[in-house]
Amino acid sequence: MKNINTIKTIKLLAILFISALTFTACTGDDHDDDDHDHGEELITTVTYTLTNGNDVVTLTFLDLDGEGGNAGTYTISGPLTAKTTYRGVIKLENATESPAEDITAEVKAEGDEHEFFYTSGVSSITIAKTDKDGNGNPLGIETTLSTAAAGSGTITVILKHEPTKPNDGSSSNAGGSTDVEVTFNVTVQ
Amino acid sequence: MTKLFWFCVFAVCIVTNTIAQDCVYTFKGKITDFHDNTTIIDASVHIINLNKYATTNEKGVFEFTNLCSGKLIIEVKHVACEPKRITINLTKNLFKEILLEHHLEELNEVVVNSNIKTEVTSIEQSIKKNVIERFTDKSLGDALKTISGVSSLNTGNSIVKPMIHGLHSSRLLLISNNVRMFDQEWGDEHAPNIDINASDRIDVIKGANTLKFGSDAIGGMIFIKPKKYAIKDSLFGSSLLSFNSNGLGGNINSEIIKTYKSGFYGKLQMSYKQFGDFNAPNYNLTNSGLKSLNSSFRFGYNSFEEGFDAYYSYVNNEFAILQSSHIGNVNDLVEAINNKEPRVLDGFSYTINNPRQSIEHHLGKVEAYKRFKGFGKLTVQYDFQINRRKEFDLRRGELKNTPVIDLRLFTNSLQSDLQIDYTDNLKINTGILARYQQNDAVSGTGTRALIPDFDKYEFGFYTIANYNLNETTEINAGLRYDYSSIKARKWYNVSDWNTTYNYDTLFPEFETGTIDGTRILTNPEFSFHNISTSLGLVKKFENNLSLLFNYGLASRVPNPSELFSDGLHHSAARIETGLLTIDKEIANKFAVSLERNNDRFGFVISPYFKSINNFVQLIPTGITTTIRGAFPVWEYNQVNAQLFGIDIDVNKRISNHFNYKGSFSWLKGTNTTNDIPLIHMPATNFSNRISYINDDLNQLSINLTQKTILQQNRYPNYNFNTFNAIQQQNVFVDISSTPPTYSLFGLNTSVVFKAFNKGSIKLDFTIENLFNVSYREHLNRLRYFADEVGRNFNLKIKINY
Repeated sequence: MKNINTIKTIKLLAILFISALTFTACTGDDHDDDDHDHGEELITTVTYTLTNGNDVVTLTFLDLDGEGGNAGTYTISGPLTAKTTYRGVIKLENATESPAEDITAEVKAEGDEHEFFYTSGVSSITIAKTDKDGNGNPLGIETTLSTAAAGSGTITVILKHEPTKPNDGSSSNAGGSTDVEVTFNVTVQ
Repeated sequence: MTKLFWFCVFAVCIVTNTIAQDCVYTFKGKITDFHDNTTIIDASVHIINLNKYATTNEKGVFEFTNLCSGKLIIEVKHVACEPKRITINLTKNLFKEILLEHHLEELNEVVVNSNIKTEVTSIEQSIKKNVIERFTDKSLGDALKTISGVSSLNTGNSIVKPMIHGLHSSRLLLISNNVRMFDQEWGDEHAPNIDINASDRIDVIKGANTLKFGSDAIGGMIFIKPKKYAIKDSLFGSSLLSFNSNGLGGNINSEIIKTYKSGFYGKLQMSYKQFGDFNAPNYNLTNSGLKSLNSSFRFGYNSFEEGFDAYYSYVNNEFAILQSSHIGNVNDLVEAINNKEPRVLDGFSYTINNPRQSIEHHLGKVEAYKRFKGFGKLTVQYDFQINRRKEFDLRRGELKNTPVIDLRLFTNSLQSDLQIDYTDNLKINTGILARYQQNDAVSGTGTRALIPDFDKYEFGFYTIANYNLNETTEINAGLRYDYSSIKARKWYNVSDWNTTYNYDTLFPEFETGTIDGTRILTNPEFSFHNISTSLGLVKKFENNLSLLFNYGLASRVPNPSELFSDGLHHSAARIETGLLTIDKEIANKFAVSLERNNDRFGFVISPYFKSINNFVQLIPTGITTTIRGAFPVWEYNQVNAQLFGIDIDVNKRISNHFNYKGSFSWLKGTNTTNDIPLIHMPATNFSNRISYINDDLNQLSINLTQKTILQQNRYPNYNFNTFNAIQQQNVFVDISSTPPTYSLFGLNTSVVFKAFNKGSIKLDFTIENLFNVSYREHLNRLRYFADEVGRNFNLKIKINY
């Protein structure tokens, strides 16, 4: 009896140990050396392009290393012209990949789950959304921006994920969670 | 003469015949105690097949003479001993030493799990099977909260992390079935994956005597015990079915046990639990359901001298995380704090949407023991655990079904324990431990790994001595040494590495020279030596009074999350950052307990004091600007801390049928470095229970319970202001203020029916949150987003067979 038990115990230990090794072996194949931290799902770049004939103003936010690391940088190509209407197009990209991945296309494809919101601290600037999602609700990838008198201040672009659609047009009442929130300093002259 | 001759021939023939039968042998023996080799006097020895008796003399010796050769079935009996039956084949004169065990407490260990403590000198409280059953459809943390001084850190209502005296995660040792659990230390929302239905008893050790399992029990230890079975031929089991009105779900648990007289036993247990969305009193908690499948299997062999136990358990949990808690940036958080209602309110559903957690936990163990006469007991155990954790967030496009966190932790331990107990007064436990742990941040998540790949090696040894000074005093002292080393592989942002944390000058040896764009690959490597000690003393007085004193020096090596965390935890909208400069934590713990163990009037008063150097905490330290806007950054840092508190429990029998039970816990945690309160300390709380029990009336039991959690007024103020671009102004982010006091009432009734021959049926009906109170708990990570669960009607049916 004693021997049988000892043998049983040893056998059992062996089986368990082997199965443990098998578990590690099976699951070990993605424990490679260089497979981590790549292919990050990032939005590194937000570009708001405002066009009126030859008058093109681009507002760009760029943060290549994502959250943490270096802070993002804002680039504004030049001042907006007073009393002018621009056609605005927003573009989101992941520039850590080459060529840069266009994330706007994803947002558009899931238009019913997304909405852009625009606010401006310059009272003479008004921004209106001109495109619709599949359900006929505002989406905001395409806009018109009109300026009146000269002035300076900020333009904030917000992308909400799963907002209430439709809503009263303000981002604060849309709910959802924020995917993008960037604020550009602009001048109208 | 002729007659006489024939008579002689006949007689010779008989004698010759008798000689031919060999009935001249002597069987002598000595009976001694297995335990300490002392002789056993007055033991009865019975040769069953010959029906002969003998008794041992003052030297423990017995003797049978004129025995024939052949098989003898012998039974040895002595007062307070387990009878022993042996079979021998007699072919010559024989002297045999027979060992009996007359240490009742040792036998208890084999025969039935008695009511004794895990550690005699430790300050501990237990949850018994009947209370565990009340929590069959809840989590381990919920059940533990019935013990004074134990609270929990929650993420919603289903992810419940136990906390002892305000300390949690890797400051608690969680031992299930003698295996230390590894699955809950790397984030507030990582709860232990234990199916409480698989356990028979849970001990919470608040005092110091935990060195057998590790050096780092600064908070205490939770010891989950399976049942030991009687050595007899039997087949029994039970099924428990529970249904809840809140969440429209429940649990089914079944177990079946087979035991054999030979000492073999086997047990199979399975449970399945499912809940849909839970309800707060005023709204539905959208996406708060869960699914859980558990099974465990064990078999083994039990005898006094040797035995083994093999155990395997599998836990598969799927937890929905409140949808409203998924927020994008600090402005979303401000809105959540200011709006009293969650932002997503949908109808009831069983669907578990993102965000959610999906966890699998495998645990396998095999343990074998052997007793050596006049010495002690050696136990050797090997165990492994595989914990795979996937956390899914709300994501765009193709990544919708890809987890943001995908970690696999593999733990392998080999340990031995030698118990030397041949002297009555002194018991020594000594043992070694070797452990290898591997974490794999599984690729393909498309995010930065919150915890990187690492390998961890541990080696430790300990010696604990328990000494009975006299009838009423017992001393316990222990010493443990641990070595641990951790080797990780992690990419850092170059700017973080060089500038933010200055690691390029602090840890140049970790750099590998590989730089990929903005990232640098590093190989951080740390090793630690730890010494821990414990001292326990129990003194018993008349009237069931006893006084316990515990002192412990505990060291805790920083866990990987404290060193390496780097990433976003969406549900709290915070970026969590570990620091490579985090050093080990050293705690001095003192606890005293005055206990009166009596049914009529009993109490436990236990004050404690803990002074912790280099206490690691996770606190908000500032804001970082990202493409999503501003994010609060929570950083691990180290301060000196002091915890001082008291737990009080009282029980009183009011009359034959009425009992009262009350408990009270108060705790004051101070960050002495900054002279401010510690973050996330449980608030003062008290509970009362009145029970009516009538055994003659189908064991009718009616319990009325009340629990009050006072508002935590001592909290560190980490509130801050941030610019809100939409409002074009600064907004105040109140992440520190605590929710108000709340009281919950509950009603529980149960009856037992003798249903059939061997079995019984128990009906149990409970109402939780009787008055449907809306409240928020400050130790719930999701308290900014929604109220806690409202009233619940719960019906349980348990069938024993």
